[in-house]
Amino acid sequence: MDPSQGIDEVLDVLVADGHVAALGKDLDEAGETVDCTGHVVAPGFIDLRADLGEPGREQAETIGSGTRAAAAGGFTAVCVWAGPEAVIDDAGWVSFVRERARREGVVRVYPLAAITKGGRGDELTEMGELKDAGAVALWDGPRAIARAGVLRRALEYARLWELPVVVHCEDADLAGPGVMHEGFHATVHGLPGVPAAAEEIVVARDLLLAELTGARLHIAHVSTAGSVALIRAAKARGVAVTTDVTPHHLVWTDADVEPDDAHWRLRPPLRTAADAAALIEGLRDGTIDCIATDHSPCTLEEKQVEFDRARPGIIGLETALPLLVTRVVAAGQLSLGEVIARLSHHPARALGLPGGTLAPGSPADLTVIDLNTERVYDPAQGWSRSRNTPLAGWRLQGWPVATMVGGRWVVREGRVMA
Amino acid sequence: MAWARRHLIRMRDLSAADIQQVLDTAVACKDIFGRDVKKLPTLRGQVMVNLFYEPSTRTRTSFELAGKWMSADVVNISVPASSVVKGESLTDTARTLAALGADIVVIRHPSAGAPALLARTIGAAVINAGDGMHEHPTQALLDLFTIREAKGHVAGLHVAIVGDILHSRVARSNIWGLRTLGARITVVGPPTLIPPGLEQLGVAVSHDLDQVLPEVDVVNILRIQRERQHTALIPSLREYTRRFGLTRERLDLLRPDALILHPGPANLGVEIVQEAVDDPRARVHDQVTNGVAVRMAVLFLLMGGRGNAMAA
Repeated sequence: MDPSQGIDEVLDVLVADGHVAALGKDLDEAGETVDCTGHVVAPGFIDLRADLGEPGREQAETIGSGTRAAAAGGFTAVCVWAGPEAVIDDAGWVSFVRERARREGVVRVYPLAAITKGGRGDELTEMGELKDAGAVALWDGPRAIARAGVLRRALEYARLWELPVVVHCEDADLAGPGVMHEGFHATVHGLPGVPAAAEEIVVARDLLLAELTGARLHIAHVSTAGSVALIRAAKARGVAVTTDVTPHHLVWTDADVEPDDAHWRLRPPLRTAADAAALIEGLRDGTIDCIATDHSPCTLEEKQVEFDRARPGIIGLETALPLLVTRVVAAGQLSLGEVIARLSHHPARALGLPGGTLAPGSPADLTVIDLNTERVYDPAQGWSRSRNTPLAGWRLQGWPVATMVGGRWVVREGRVMA
Repeated sequence: MAWARRHLIRMRDLSAADIQQVLDTAVACKDIFGRDVKKLPTLRGQVMVNLFYEPSTRTRTSFELAGKWMSADVVNISVPASSVVKGESLTDTARTLAALGADIVVIRHPSAGAPALLARTIGAAVINAGDGMHEHPTQALLDLFTIREAKGHVAGLHVAIVGDILHSRVARSNIWGLRTLGARITVVGPPTLIPPGLEQLGVAVSHDLDQVLPEVDVVNILRIQRERQHTALIPSLREYTRRFGLTRERLDLLRPDALILHPGPANLGVEIVQEAVDDPRARVHDQVTNGVAVRMAVLFLLMGGRGNAMAA
């Protein structure tokens, strides 16, 4: 199944020299043949944003463990950062990430680098140097650049290097100490809330700045119906913006939040059922381009604490597809092809990355999915160093069983080979 | 009838029968107040820990007396907020308490959900003595007890809760308890101090105390935190008092048979004036006494079957 070419048939995939050589029926069988009968072969997934812990938080994740988790989840490429503490704002750090990926990684690793020095939101980074070192996009982590003038200059300057600028939209003053969506459930739990407007104000501002500058803006983890409406209107008038959403914001709402279990603390927070429905609708009509995991590993010490003291985020590389298949595809909200496109072809297009397609001549990055086997998920058996997810014990189906990167099998029969 | 609960975390979990049972038990507990020897053997040999992460004199003393009058060995642990930030985690502390043989842990904590987290971590009975903006169940139970004592019933009464509803665990626990027992609830305060979604609980919201006061059977005045005026939630205490304080003039709006409650400690002259506390309709001092009785009842019911039988 390759949404980039509109293909959904039973075909052979011929791989040679690390590339897709041909797609067709009854292709030449010289060399090794792998029988994928009954499974779905799709372009390898590309994750737009995963925290792989390096440098600085190796106790939670490393590029070695994180890329194995990615491979096990069907991802053949990940755009990586290392959490808000590690600001990749000079070329040396970009090189460090690439070097670690070359030594320890098992899938393609694309470094994200900072928009502003120190992530402080006032001075621009040396974007050209960052790009030369290998950065694929700019991202300041989960903090919005407070000063509109600084973001405006960043967008203008990034155009020079054709680097997409990825933004987290949250007004810090409105969000305040909030730890979950502001509304009925936050009131009942007595937890400080983050109103939807905290996101939407910044989405509106950033869309206007993208329009003003003509730069390539990518809005990370859209979470509210209001944001979807703003983005839809901006796209309709031709603003060059792309967006993503996490699987978690599609399948869960603030009603699911358990205040004594910090696994439910996410940033942005889980919103209402109406928001989740709007996100699905946005994915269907193209307002939201991609699905990104926002893989955020946290140690036990960071999560086995009071809700408002916990580090936000959950891991997601290994469960993204099964969660989407079990909840979103099974409910008929999106087809499997629509999900695959938003995990592969669309992310490649959004950040201008190679892959996301099985078109002959492209890198042989592919993932093989078993749609039928149901399995109880146990994060302790996973490849990530961290276990912070509320999905422990969930029955899921739609597990990737084999992953190929550049013509080489990285995962076979659900096991990471390297 | 045995109480099925191991912990008391939130009023939201309690049925009307659960609440009535606490209140009925508290009536018996209150009897011993008049005795020369205020001691029941119920919790002899049981270790009760008061684990307080926020300063509190009233609630801590009330629990301590309740425990002592029931013959528990009471240990008070006060943890300054600063040491939580740098030091031991709650789950770590919980395991330490378990290792020390705590049978009952009474916890007050600035984070909502902390008592529930503690209850998941240890085997001891956990009583929530106030967690963040979430709940303060024993305060609600003593308020209900006080109302029932004065009025004979709670169902059908109209209760106003006035003040900083947004930050108030007392308000949330009272709302659940009053709702479960069938009272009608109106909350009154400035829009900046009213959280969203209360209508979904069947609670009416008003910003006009003068209009509400003549209609209610009970007015529960919440403490206003002096810090709020520096966080753009209210411009000044003076303006707050003018619009939402229970002032001398407003006492005339209250019905002769209405009750005035305040969980204490009061900022006299801000949310309530001295005359209102001294008014014959006020039950502020009864609340303090009833607090001990209600906490004894909760201890008795939570330890039901484990402690010695309640002596009449």
